[in-house]
Amino acid sequence: MIEIRFHGRGGQGAVTAAQILATSAFYDGKYSQGFPFFGVERRGAPVMAFTRIDDKKIILRSQIYNPDYVVVQDAGLLSAVNVVEGLKKDGTVVVNTTEEDMDLGFKTYTIDATGIALDILGVPIVNTTMLGAFIGATDIVSIDSVKKAILNTFKGKLGEKNAKAAEVAYNTIKNKE
Amino acid sequence: MEKIDIITGTTAAAMAAKLSNVEVIAAYPITPQSHCVEALAKYVADGELDAEFVKVESEHSAMATCIGASATGVRTFTATASQGLALMHEMLYIASGMRLPIVMLNTNRALSAPINIWCDQQDSIAERDSGWIQIYAEDNQETLDSVVQAFKIAEDEEVLLPVMVNIDGFILTHTVEPVAIPDEEKVREYLGIYEPKHAYLDPDRPITQGPVGVPECYMETRKDLNDAIEGSREVIKRVNEEYYKLFNRKYGNGLVEGYNLEDADTVLVAMGSVCGTIKYVINELKEKGKNVGLLRIRTYRPFPKEDVVEMLKDANNVAVLDKNISLGFNMGALGIDVSSVLKNKKVCNYIVGLGGRDITPQDIEEIISHVEGAKDGETKWINLKE
Repeated sequence: MIEIRFHGRGGQGAVTAAQILATSAFYDGKYSQGFPFFGVERRGAPVMAFTRIDDKKIILRSQIYNPDYVVVQDAGLLSAVNVVEGLKKDGTVVVNTTEEDMDLGFKTYTIDATGIALDILGVPIVNTTMLGAFIGATDIVSIDSVKKAILNTFKGKLGEKNAKAAEVAYNTIKNKE
Repeated sequence: MEKIDIITGTTAAAMAAKLSNVEVIAAYPITPQSHCVEALAKYVADGELDAEFVKVESEHSAMATCIGASATGVRTFTATASQGLALMHEMLYIASGMRLPIVMLNTNRALSAPINIWCDQQDSIAERDSGWIQIYAEDNQETLDSVVQAFKIAEDEEVLLPVMVNIDGFILTHTVEPVAIPDEEKVREYLGIYEPKHAYLDPDRPITQGPVGVPECYMETRKDLNDAIEGSREVIKRVNEEYYKLFNRKYGNGLVEGYNLEDADTVLVAMGSVCGTIKYVINELKEKGKNVGLLRIRTYRPFPKEDVVEMLKDANNVAVLDKNISLGFNMGALGIDVSSVLKNKKVCNYIVGLGGRDITPQDIEEIISHVEGAKDGETKWINLKE
């Protein structure tokens, strides 16, 4: 079973990202769960969301404490939240930042997701862009499934733009490697 | 054709109500069920569901409206949680007393004060004696299936009682996971059209429902009501089997589900989504060579007394988990019930997950190791801060 934790700020769509990832895994023929941290949600405040992916039906119902992967939608959270708390030793972090390199004590990928989102979506909402970057870094689901899940979540032009943002971020990470 | 979609528990319940072709929905939004009635309002507005959606000013009015609608002989659905269910309290007794087959989704949530929107089961447990059948689902698939089954059970001539389908707030209501959605025509064919044969409101045949029950007859109506809910066990079992034949999914015998009970010296008893986490721990322990069982109570009322006795007959350590607390008794409702039907057996009670306190696999392991060394009758609050 693979467990992913998303860190974001209320209003940045972390929960939607966790759900889109779960849906993408489902499109890949896997079992999945996507759920928010069961706590107080306020716009701008640090929030978390989770995804579980497995080859068999997922029956575990607790929150995630030892993720395999962490996605940080906002580098500003790094000073407020210990984003790598409980992360497995060989875990991976993907951070939205303009910095090229970052040492968080784990394998870390960085991407200027805000820049990509502003360029393609015109707003600094980075959940779909970060999802593309995360898949570029980890390949835990296929980018085609992510795009399909995005198009089914956001209708029409909004969906197309978000799928594009995910794809650009995916390719950006792939080209870095 | 059955299709699989990845949806939340509230969406699963709304889809089930739509599949069941409900005719009247009266509801007031409350977290964590709001997505359910929002989805139903959308189905109606988009013309996907030919139902009357009655917007009301409170949950008390929601249930009053359901009672009025159901009494005219139409299929009726609502959803609520926590304070909303508490506000419905007096209306719940009227619905069951009038023998109305209303189906309601309750998304289990703690009661105030202090204000808490997260999961525990105190809300539905507080309505234990209301004459409503109470089903507790473990996952989103069972949520959908239970709502459909609830109509079949409620409308059965031998039952004619309201049914409350309970799902854990947030843990199921806000989690997306794959759910198989049965074919609409097939569900509608299975349920048929609800046609009351006895007492219903009809301008051409005026009657009064729920009038004064004087001392000469009130007690008999209560006995009838008790006989009906006692008798519903057989109907619930039958519906579980029928549903399995048609849709290929069943939940134990409909009343209880046993998991790894064979040769299990230690057995946990629980209701709702925590049973998934318990099964997860059981599987892990089994790989390490330790055998632990689970008895999942699916219908809390009618209480599956005989199944509990029969299925726990070989267990020596029984640990009952409760997401509620009977204040002044220092036990949860399920713990009290299981203790009352099991004679000469060690039963301990564990208060867990109140107000959204997460229940982890480690908590389950702690319960297992505690009950094995405990004395009969101990109550322990799990994961409590010092």
